Amino acid sequence: MIIGLDVGGTHTDVVLLGEEGLIREIKIPTDHSDLFSTVLESLNQITSGLGSKRIRRIVLSTTLTTNSIAQKKIPKVGMIVSAGPGIDPFLFQTNEYYVPVSGSIDHRGREVEPVRPEEIKKAARNFLDNDISHVGVVSKFSIRNPAHELKISEVLKNSFEKVFLGHRISGNLNFPRRIATTFLNASVYPIHKKFFNAVKRSLKKKGLEVPIHILKADGGTMSIESSIDSPGQTILSGPAASVMGSIAFAPDNQDALVMDIGGTTTDMAALINQIPVLEPVGINIGGYRTLIRALEVHSIALGGDSAITITNGILTIGPERKGPAMAYGGPVPTPTDALVVLGKIENSDREKAVSGIKALAESMGNSLEDTAQLIFDSVCKKILAEANAMIDRINSKPVYTIHELQEGYKLNPKDLLIIGGPAPYFADQLEKMSDYNVHVVPRWGVANAIGAALARTTSEVTLFADTEQGIATAHEENFSKKVDHDYSGRMAVENAYKLLRKKALRMGANSGDLELEVLENQQFNMVRGFLTTGKNIRVKVQVKPGLIHEYDSVVNKLTR
Amino acid sequence: MLRAKHKTGLVFFPAFDWAISPTHPEREERLLYTQDQVMEEGLLDIENIIEFKPDLVTLDDIQRVHFCVPDVWSVTTESHFISAGGAKKIGMAVLDGRVDNGFALVRPPGHHAMRIVHGARGFCNINIEAVMIEFLREAYDINRVAIIDTDCHHGDGTQDIYWHDKDTLFVSIHQDGRTLYPGSGFPDEQGGPNAIGTTVNIPLPPNTSEQGFLYTMKHVVMPILDDFKPDLVINSAGQDNHFSDPITNMNFSAQGYADLTKMLKADIAVLEGGYAIEGALPYVNLGIILAMAGIDYGQVREPDYDPDKIRQTTQVTRAIEKIGELVLSYWRQRKPARERILNQNEFFERKRNVFYDTDGITESQYEKIRVCPDCSGALKIDSSSDRGNRVLAVHIPRKACQTCMDLGHRWYESADGNTFDLVLLQDRPGNKYLKSDSKQRKE
Repeated sequence: MIIGLDVGGTHTDVVLLGEEGLIREIKIPTDHSDLFSTVLESLNQITSGLGSKRIRRIVLSTTLTTNSIAQKKIPKVGMIVSAGPGIDPFLFQTNEYYVPVSGSIDHRGREVEPVRPEEIKKAARNFLDNDISHVGVVSKFSIRNPAHELKISEVLKNSFEKVFLGHRISGNLNFPRRIATTFLNASVYPIHKKFFNAVKRSLKKKGLEVPIHILKADGGTMSIESSIDSPGQTILSGPAASVMGSIAFAPDNQDALVMDIGGTTTDMAALINQIPVLEPVGINIGGYRTLIRALEVHSIALGGDSAITITNGILTIGPERKGPAMAYGGPVPTPTDALVVLGKIENSDREKAVSGIKALAESMGNSLEDTAQLIFDSVCKKILAEANAMIDRINSKPVYTIHELQEGYKLNPKDLLIIGGPAPYFADQLEKMSDYNVHVVPRWGVANAIGAALARTTSEVTLFADTEQGIATAHEENFSKKVDHDYSGRMAVENAYKLLRKKALRMGANSGDLELEVLENQQFNMVRGFLTTGKNIRVKVQVKPGLIHEYDSVVNKLTR
Repeated sequence: MLRAKHKTGLVFFPAFDWAISPTHPEREERLLYTQDQVMEEGLLDIENIIEFKPDLVTLDDIQRVHFCVPDVWSVTTESHFISAGGAKKIGMAVLDGRVDNGFALVRPPGHHAMRIVHGARGFCNINIEAVMIEFLREAYDINRVAIIDTDCHHGDGTQDIYWHDKDTLFVSIHQDGRTLYPGSGFPDEQGGPNAIGTTVNIPLPPNTSEQGFLYTMKHVVMPILDDFKPDLVINSAGQDNHFSDPITNMNFSAQGYADLTKMLKADIAVLEGGYAIEGALPYVNLGIILAMAGIDYGQVREPDYDPDKIRQTTQVTRAIEKIGELVLSYWRQRKPARERILNQNEFFERKRNVFYDTDGITESQYEKIRVCPDCSGALKIDSSSDRGNRVLAVHIPRKACQTCMDLGHRWYESADGNTFDLVLLQDRPGNKYLKSDSKQRKE
């Protein structure tokens, strides 16, 4: 049996899955001031009365790192940044203790100007004087040559508890994002480490010594042990849980959209043959643009609990949530109240819902039912418009080859899968107002926790070769080897796959779930003075986000 | 988050799967390191820098500008449709007000492509700036356009297309034609009889550095632009004036290019040449983008930049000052020069040969234009190439007067089917692009 747990803004959902399908599901309110108790309590409830031996795997998706960044409850860290020529590095300043230093590496990874150890020592003294024990080190083009980051970390060695190096965090270009991502990793490191070590200890005490996985923003998992060194990957895993909970029910030979209609927000994502579309670069959080791999999730501030107001006769829904719907004791009318008035939702305080919607109806000079219908229609219309905008955005992403421009994939979803609290009430209306076939995902209330439970381990490897310089590197994996002029794109893909397999297994993957694919494979002849002097090869491979195969039969039982 | 002062649009289309030939300078790798630099600097994350996907231009867009022999598909590839489409996309974004200015970082380039196209010249098949400009003139309310060509090579293709157009100011700053391809672009090339003065050539001596370029911009180009009062300013932003460029002899720098961009304030920049793909392009493009966006570019510096090593001699400085004076004096005399022409013959004729170096084609042209007091004049070109194609190309200009319109149609209709393999008409006022080949005529 496996457990999936998803800490949400309002509720924490936990499921227990086994041979027979969904065995248990629990929803408890999230206590943001004490996430640890929330997690522990929900795990206690879901396992109560079960022998601990029967649990094979636990996957957790939490808001721990997301919240600490959003609420800026993060400890002081030190940042050392070596930029060289280009945009002034102070324009990317992340925090108070941010020290640009000398040193420059060019786009092919060649040193232009060395780093100066005395500058690093000075920065280190300043960090120590301010009780900083976590440091991030980033140099421009470090993914092409990490020598400067390594040299700086050598100087810092033994003085700090943990030093994060930019080139180990992602294989992608983008210096400002590398700075921000390294900063976020260093910042959430102690919080994340303390929390998950405590979770591990408590579960051990209960006799649950099973593999514990943490959900990442890209819809994949990693082992609790590997998460300690890359805590940034756990940021914004919530929306990914919902998407993963839906993919088993998406068509496997065409595109689909997934929508999680919640209380405060509606999150949407796109699937191509059951594989979620990834963000091209990385997520944005708390004003930081990052290199954190993530599903492309479009989030709008509109949900069942959005506050409805009327100003100058114009109805506005959201963006704020002021509490639950009036039908559930809330202070202001919401779309959920409209659904209650329309008779779609029962088992609630209809009178209170009517009183809220009636007030709106009167100020607009409409009937109660018309107003409720208008609210409902507006919400659906807005959701569909945003979905179209997201599709347009995905389809208008620039491409850099003639082939891609002409043959490039155009997303054209026919199916819309919806999950979340109010999902079943929206299905008919969304289908009526659009060309989509709308499906409510089975177990829509806890699909997010099911998604977490079933998600497989994902990872990505970027390999770069420059046969003129005679090197093939994947510095993120601490990999570098000498190659000769015959080194080819095919060999690069082979090398990258080998590294990827090793990395995925280290992060906790089952060998049966290693579905690998090439995301990028470019090869350029390097021409100098009318002669071909080498090849420049860029390869990016990934384990496709998806579900673990071991539980294929379980998924089939969920549909019932 | 970093925010640009000006909303700047970018089309980046490096055509990573297209080259003229495997070891040609115009190759897949050309913008690879520029892309690396642009990505690593995080330029596309800056608020107000907006990347657009290029559209493809249409056949009409190309035929509005070019007479392609024997047809458009024979002298172009998909990459040309995309690179011109990239420029067009930026032009539309600027004129729709979606951005304040924009830069089409595309390849292949276009400024050596002339009105008649038998093949590729100077790595160019179609003139991407002209295709963009003439589309914009059809679709938006713009008339007067200035093109400032800062590529190291004379923009002879753009010059040819706008030679007779009095509403287009074409200024080319380039290395002296006596020392570099294509060997033209001297100050006395000032435009045809109906557009005398609106072609401005400023040949600079080899080893001109930042000082000379910026002097020329400030004291010659900017005053001429101020006089001309264009609705739209285009920069043909070639980057081969760089001190490290392998096929030219100038001493310009990334800082210098950025300063030039800041001074010019072009609405639209379009990448042209530039073949120092590692040591120059990544830094020059970075400088240009930052300057257009209004972001500090003071720390943009190429690795081997040494201002002392590339400083120009006083001899070069004096030569530049002299050229500048000559160019300005021609500019000031453009109106009396036009008066003198109007009092001469009704028609102007010229004969010339055009060499297509990239494809090894030689073309002979005999051109006839009506000297018109009211419009840019009906134009016909009798063109034959050593590949055996002889065509008659008739151009009726935008805003043509009735007399020139009638004349153009007469030329087209009365062309002798036995003499020409192909007769082509560009009827701009009628927005019609017609052709008839000899076989059809005989039938």
